[in-house]
Amino acid sequence: MSDLLANDLITPDAGEAPLLAQADVSILKAVPVTRLSYRGREGSLKAAGKAFGVALPVQPLSNSTAPKRAALWMGPDEWTLLAPEEELNAVFEAIEKGLGDTPHALVDVSHRSLAVIVSGAKAEWLLNTGIFIDLSLEAFPVGTVTRTIFHKAPVMLWRTGPDTFVVESWVSFMDYVSGLLVQVGQELAAA
Amino acid sequence: MLLVYCPYCDVERAETEFACRGEAHIARPADPTQVSDEDWVNYLYMRTNTKGVYAERWRHIHGCGRFFNAVRDTVSDRFLKFYKAGETMPDLEAIAKEAGK
Amino acid sequence: MSQPFRTEKGGRIDRAEQLTFTFDGEEMQGHKGDTLASALLANGVHLVGRSFKYHRPRGIISAGSEEPNALVGVYRNGDQTPNLRATQVELYQGLEAISQNRFPSLGFDIGAVNDLMSPLFPAGFYYKTFMWPKSFWDRVYEPIIRAAAGLGKPPKNPDHDVYGNIYVHCDVLVAGSGPSGLAAALAAAETGAKVILCDEQAEFGGSLLSETSASIDGKDPCDWVAETIAKLMTMDNVTLLPRTTAFGYFAHNFVALAERVTEHLSNPDPKLPRERLWQVRAKEVVIAAGAIERPMVFPENDRPGILMAESGRTYLNRYGVKVGHKVLVTTACDTAWQAAFDLKDHGVEVVAIADMRETPPANLISIAEARGIRVEAGCVVTGTLGRKRVKGALLGKLMTSGKVASGGQVACDAILMSGGWTPTVSLYSQSRGKVVWDADKGAYVPGKSVQNERSTGASKGLYGLQATLEDGYAAGEEAAKAATGKSAKITYSVATGGEAGAGGTLGALPHDRNAARVKAFVDYQNDVTAKDVKLAVREGMQSIEHIKRYTTTGMATDQGRLSNMNALQIASGALERPVTDVGLTTFRLPFTPTTFGLFAGVSRGDFFDPVRNTPSHDWVVANGGVYEDVGQWKRTWYFPKDGEDMHAAVARECKTARESVGLFDASTLGKIEVVGPDAAEFLERMYTNPWKKLAPGRCRYGLLLNDAGFIVDDGVIGRLAEDRFHVTTTTGGAPSVFATMEDYLQTEWPDLDVWITSTTEQFAVAAVQGPKAREVIAPFIEGVDLSAEAFPHMSVVEATFCGVPCRLFRISFTGELGFEINVPRRHGKMMWETLAKEIEKHNGTVYGTETMHVLRAEKGYIIVGQDTDGTVTPQDAGMSWAIGKKKLDFVGKRGLERPDLVAENRKQFVGLLTKDPKVKLEEGAQITVAENPATGTPAEGHVTSSYYSPALDRNIALAIVKNGHALEGKTLYVPMPNGSIPVEVTGPVFYDKEGARLNV
Repeated sequence: MSDLLANDLITPDAGEAPLLAQADVSILKAVPVTRLSYRGREGSLKAAGKAFGVALPVQPLSNSTAPKRAALWMGPDEWTLLAPEEELNAVFEAIEKGLGDTPHALVDVSHRSLAVIVSGAKAEWLLNTGIFIDLSLEAFPVGTVTRTIFHKAPVMLWRTGPDTFVVESWVSFMDYVSGLLVQVGQELAAA
Repeated sequence: MLLVYCPYCDVERAETEFACRGEAHIARPADPTQVSDEDWVNYLYMRTNTKGVYAERWRHIHGCGRFFNAVRDTVSDRFLKFYKAGETMPDLEAIAKEAGK
Repeated sequence: MSQPFRTEKGGRIDRAEQLTFTFDGEEMQGHKGDTLASALLANGVHLVGRSFKYHRPRGIISAGSEEPNALVGVYRNGDQTPNLRATQVELYQGLEAISQNRFPSLGFDIGAVNDLMSPLFPAGFYYKTFMWPKSFWDRVYEPIIRAAAGLGKPPKNPDHDVYGNIYVHCDVLVAGSGPSGLAAALAAAETGAKVILCDEQAEFGGSLLSETSASIDGKDPCDWVAETIAKLMTMDNVTLLPRTTAFGYFAHNFVALAERVTEHLSNPDPKLPRERLWQVRAKEVVIAAGAIERPMVFPENDRPGILMAESGRTYLNRYGVKVGHKVLVTTACDTAWQAAFDLKDHGVEVVAIADMRETPPANLISIAEARGIRVEAGCVVTGTLGRKRVKGALLGKLMTSGKVASGGQVACDAILMSGGWTPTVSLYSQSRGKVVWDADKGAYVPGKSVQNERSTGASKGLYGLQATLEDGYAAGEEAAKAATGKSAKITYSVATGGEAGAGGTLGALPHDRNAARVKAFVDYQNDVTAKDVKLAVREGMQSIEHIKRYTTTGMATDQGRLSNMNALQIASGALERPVTDVGLTTFRLPFTPTTFGLFAGVSRGDFFDPVRNTPSHDWVVANGGVYEDVGQWKRTWYFPKDGEDMHAAVARECKTARESVGLFDASTLGKIEVVGPDAAEFLERMYTNPWKKLAPGRCRYGLLLNDAGFIVDDGVIGRLAEDRFHVTTTTGGAPSVFATMEDYLQTEWPDLDVWITSTTEQFAVAAVQGPKAREVIAPFIEGVDLSAEAFPHMSVVEATFCGVPCRLFRISFTGELGFEINVPRRHGKMMWETLAKEIEKHNGTVYGTETMHVLRAEKGYIIVGQDTDGTVTPQDAGMSWAIGKKKLDFVGKRGLERPDLVAENRKQFVGLLTKDPKVKLEEGAQITVAENPATGTPAEGHVTSSYYSPALDRNIALAIVKNGHALEGKTLYVPMPNGSIPVEVTGPVFYDKEGARLNV
């Protein structure tokens, strides 16, 4: 089994039982984190990154990380910023302060989503049962992050390791997303 | 299922990540008070509905969220060009001619 | 003992493993490696079904997926799957199969009377017969036709199987694993390209599996297949998919494959999907679908025991099964001769080879003579004998005059026939490619590629083992090069033997029988004869598309793969126009019948669509709340107590909320955070109302139009700071409002410094409404003076609820004193349970959407999408007050000035009171001026909302009515089946018209 830690921010919730724990794939609920939606123009990025603690990536579908910080490219003027749950106010205020009058929008969306960590040799296969993106390492290398569709639900997919993915969806979609992942993943135990 | 290129994500994705939003390059008049009733109706409703090479708006709604434009042959479903919102409309006739080769 | 038609040796079956199965309850034996068809034939069973229209006895005719006759039902776990082709059903221990389309039994079938009455069922029979009287259609004709129609019986139980799905990408997809497909896959794989090879059969190899008279690199073809597959299996870049049909070719090289995962297993693990849909995006596709043999259209060519020649050879060489003990081979081409030779070599008596050609190749004749086989050249079959099994054949001599002279009769228990070969162009055709007529081959072959695909081997009309191998390698190399730019040095294997044959025929064969009396079948499954096709032409059908629909030829599950070319030739002859002028019908997906389960995949039951719940879910379930579906959301409709019905529960909830306090889950309302220096400017442009002067801490009702001027959404918007607004939308409108805002921001006003973020699911929302609302929330809210003076109606503030940060709104959708508390979603459960407990202290109630609707209707508040229908303006809705009169522009402003939108006679929003307060109107009912309007009188409007109002103890309704605002006090009518209901037009506000209850 591969390293279940997605990274130092998205970690398995120790208080939650695994949704699926099989030799070739596991699905674990992740701990809550601070999630901020940052919107702004190019001129604001440097200051935002400095205040946040890691530069905001400009390459499409990429991430940049530092200890306890991750900035995920969502669109050309949109980033998701991740930090430990308890640092919400500190991070929010630091960015607002760092930007001053520079136009931007910072919104707390920490509670909007839930994440699961899908990990193991069959993680790619399992995700491809509902996601039509080519998830081979050449086409979707470690660090790639994207919004997409899992069957009928919008999700965010972030590859944090060769065999490890973070799948995030809005809270009300998570029963659907994780339910289907578990149902289909059980097929692997039979095969 | 069509394969659509998003010029913002620089990636091809399946059609289901996108929403097609009809004909491109129909700008909202800058000063609506100066527009006649007939022209306003044209702005609202009248579309060329081309059989052939057509510029249309797409939104990467389940991706980066950006609107962009695509030139598509509505007969063959082939995409001939993708470009970002705000870029000028390409010469559709030239594109059609090029594709017809 | 058993399996009297099994050969002594040979074939790819496992003779050591014997399997028991039943057919129509009769127990039989077969072997691992058999199909149901080969096992039945081994037991001497040819009769396997009845035909669709005439209920004629029918037997297995082919060995592949094109099989039109041998459709069977297979039982598993008490469920039956109908219409499986016995030629594709792999035998397993305990398999239970039944024949179809017969009553009461396969041997004695009452429907067979249709065969005797067949003069009554010509082509177009239904169209001609069931035309009048019109009233008979519904009551008589349709029920009878429906009862008689269809193949097999639909399963009675819900499908208990699961179905899988997988999305994959590859460089080269190869469909088909005969010689050219295998060569293509190998060549492409050697370049390092990502290759998927699929084949509809259980084993790879296609025609090579029954080829015993050729060799590749000096090896037995089956050994070459095994070595090639073994090599492909070692390659990481190759995916091998047996039992997988490429059934659909879509735009942009998207190909759908159906993999049969467990159907061949005796006891499959229920966790495994029965089938898996592979949705493949291939950079290049190689179509190696092969060709199928064409039946010969001679009288009574449909008797059980008559098979395609190459299929007979397949049964012999691959399955070790003899199709009969005395076999007649009739052909128009060379390839069938090999079947005769192989049978003879296995000790089967070959009564004759009847080749319709005047001079068949001399080398074939000498081989036949060496084996002692009688050869009849220039000879056709003019009829067959036997009913449930062929017993003999009538031979005819073709004369130079074109007539046929009787050539005597031969006894036989099987006939193998071959009219030549038809390339399988279905996938190419699905890819939108246009087939072209190849006169030399007498076949339609693929023309120019439209997508990134190429056909190879027999599927493009190329025959002969060496030629197809070579072509396959080249196709694989080219496809890989096109996909990846890479190539590699490929060593081509070399074949000897398996030469391409010559010859072939199309259309109906001549005979010396009474043409009016005999049936020569073109389409077996749909029972279409040569006569039917000619009749269709005589009756005026010109296009093959019309002939197809009139006769139903080519409309069976094989989509005319067996019949099209013969039908085309017959039509061409009758029309006296060349084949190319008659045209060819288009092949549609799926290539072979595909289950609904495969398409549904995981989207069934709980996972049919996402079910979205709010944080109050557990509490609601525990407390007996009744849900209603609002889009994907589950919202509580009402909370019945102590056996209450809905009416009683809603009445109590309404009364309690007005008299004391009610608690409502408003979490599903759309929420959008609008942030940036231009936030107020942006809202000014989007909404009808003015926003720039709204002070932070205050709220305003916002009305959203489209640029046509019609209402599309509404909601309360609170200003949290100079540059930050909290916008709410309707539950259903949330995604479209967000998309519309993004559209204007990105494409019309990209200069504005403002951004929007959906916060719908960031917050859980509890609405506390009623005279005691303040007392209910006060104990938990910190940091706010909740008094009417300090925190008046339409205020917003950031505070805490039980120590959790919250956004507290003082707003009302009930007309009562009201608050809406937004907490971060993970605290929603805590908030709900805290408040639900607290309201009990005040004799309050939780309430659902129905009570919410009643309370707002009593106040005349609109619900967008219920009281509006996309053609209602703010003026129509009586909401001119919501329009910022001084604003130069907003979305919809120009639209509102259009002549039609300011004209007289617009439908306007009003209240309706039935004269009898006990009468409740139907929502959607039409409204008229006259009490009993004449039929065709246009309605003045319709009822949009209708409820019993507990506060008024009477029924109330809302409606849109032409010139409604001017009709207040007038009487209109709502005509219903049980009489016209008189109603009085009123204003839309029924309760607390001054709004005194809001401001306490």
